Amino acid sequence: MKKKNQAEEACRGPLIQLIDIHKVYYMGTSEVYANNGISLTINEGEFVAIIGKSGSGKSTIMNIIGALDVPSSGQYILKGKDVSKMNDNELATIRNKMIGFIFQQYNLLPKERLINNVSLPLLYSGMGAEARREKAMEALKKVGIEDKYRNFPNQLSGGQQQRGAVARALVTNPSLILADEPTGALDSRTSEELLSFLKQLNEEGNTIVLITHDRSVAERANRIISIQDGKITFDGDVGEYRKQVAG
Amino acid sequence: MRLGQAFKLAWQCILGSKMRSFLTMLGMIIGVGSVITLLGLMQGVTNYLVGTFSELGTNSLIVNIRNTDTRVVDVEDVYRFTRENKKVFQGVTPSVAASYTVKNKNSSVSTSVTGVGEDYLELKSIDLAWGRFISYADIKNRYNACVLGTYIVDKLYDGKINPGDTIRINGQVFTIVGVLEEQADTVQGSSDDCIYIPYSVACRLAGNSKISSYTFVAAGTEHVDGAEAALDDYLYGILKDVDLYSIMNMAELLDVINQITAMMSSILGGIAGISLLVAGIGIMNIMLVSVVERTKEIGIRKSLGAKRRDIMWQFVIEAATISMLGGFIGIVIGSAATTALGTLFKIEAAPTMGSILLAFGVSAAIGIGFGYAPASKAAKLNPIDALRSE
Repeated sequence: MKKKNQAEEACRGPLIQLIDIHKVYYMGTSEVYANNGISLTINEGEFVAIIGKSGSGKSTIMNIIGALDVPSSGQYILKGKDVSKMNDNELATIRNKMIGFIFQQYNLLPKERLINNVSLPLLYSGMGAEARREKAMEALKKVGIEDKYRNFPNQLSGGQQQRGAVARALVTNPSLILADEPTGALDSRTSEELLSFLKQLNEEGNTIVLITHDRSVAERANRIISIQDGKITFDGDVGEYRKQVAG
Repeated sequence: MRLGQAFKLAWQCILGSKMRSFLTMLGMIIGVGSVITLLGLMQGVTNYLVGTFSELGTNSLIVNIRNTDTRVVDVEDVYRFTRENKKVFQGVTPSVAASYTVKNKNSSVSTSVTGVGEDYLELKSIDLAWGRFISYADIKNRYNACVLGTYIVDKLYDGKINPGDTIRINGQVFTIVGVLEEQADTVQGSSDDCIYIPYSVACRLAGNSKISSYTFVAAGTEHVDGAEAALDDYLYGILKDVDLYSIMNMAELLDVINQITAMMSSILGGIAGISLLVAGIGIMNIMLVSVVERTKEIGIRKSLGAKRRDIMWQFVIEAATISMLGGFIGIVIGSAATTALGTLFKIEAAPTMGSILLAFGVSAAIGIGFGYAPASKAAKLNPIDALRSE
């Protein structure tokens, strides 16, 4: 099993390469080191969970991986492109074309119909109205709520809203799906559904990075990276993680 | 993001909070409305003034003389002078104006009674509706003949004059020999509210034998200056004192009126323009609040790949749309108000095309100008902070 995974990873090559990432925040006069020398590689097709307590620096690393922020020092290479020195507009293009976000609070625009919410990333990539609609319907079909396309977010259940958010993340066919506490606002049954769906997406070849503080959620991934005080304290598969936690 | 999309989004936001949008627009509506109304009314006043003075004829030179015991400008001499200078003068008429009460049977009105020469009608290009005008014989014989304006006819004779009808002017009986054609809708105080009599009779009525006012008509607009110079020489030759006579050039007077009204238009427009500025600040204020309220939305849009200029466009277009919509409503209301007030003040006032274009342009410019700062603030928001805000 492990051998097969390695073989697969080798042929697909690295998607994310973080090399000695530091991130410093300035709170007044004092410096806060959110990330303190993080290096890691994530290959295409992986399902990785980044786990850490609040304040561990996992949000900061997620922001950097999601091209929402740039590191203070170090290099971030996403699919061969150095993202760490990019300006605002270049980062926006990376987010638009290569990353699909799934947030804890769904983050759907309340005044837009579901279909418009889902097609929003395509709008910013300059796609025509007809093509946008077609792609958005395709994505909605994939998450199984295509019949709700005319509804506003507040007319949908939490689980349906999160599915809408997943559809929006999938619509651009991104290289990376980045899920930030995606089950944080869901009950256990819908959480389970969502995690199974993410698993299924991964099996279809999507690379997924999941940020969570919840061990049981993290254990649904194939690989777990644990972060504490801005540093990686563990990086391995689920079995090893369980052993380490138990030990 | 395309422009059309930005407009659609702006429209959604405006409809999404109708009351707020309306209140934001209200400043613009009032500003644009008042600019259009004030400029329209001012234009009406200008037209009225210019119209009134144009009736006196832009080729006219009005001369006022103070005759003394020894230096007298004689009527016959004035006629001779005018005939000798045919190149620059079309003609001349004495003008002895006074206001009298005129009476037919028991009804009476007060009107302006002007003593004129026989050429008056031709010089002013006025036509007769009925009868004849004052003749040279009337003047020579000091015959009590008169020609009425249509207002007097309407007022005292129910619109119908019969040959041989008479009128009492200041107690004296005059025979009505003619009626002028209607010139200004037969209203009180207009050029239809008048009576013309021979100048010789007018002098007698006024109790003085010398004529102190003449209206000269130049042979054409290009001869007005030449005529004025010739008149100046002629009058100075007789009176030897520039203080004893004055020559009023109607074309010059008209220029002065135009200048004054243009200046007043600018001042009024400027004052109304200040309200446009205030409206712009109102829009900016609301847009700033809107940016703060929609921080989360901006964060979401940015996380999905909206560039700075996309966010910028969204907010600028929204401000411009609110502003232009307000401007448009202001134009409609202002146009209606102009016509209504014009009717109330009996001025022919209409919104000018220029003021409409100006108001619309200014409202669009204000929307873009004052929308820029909030939009720029929105565009510069950090997506992480924006996403985290509630």
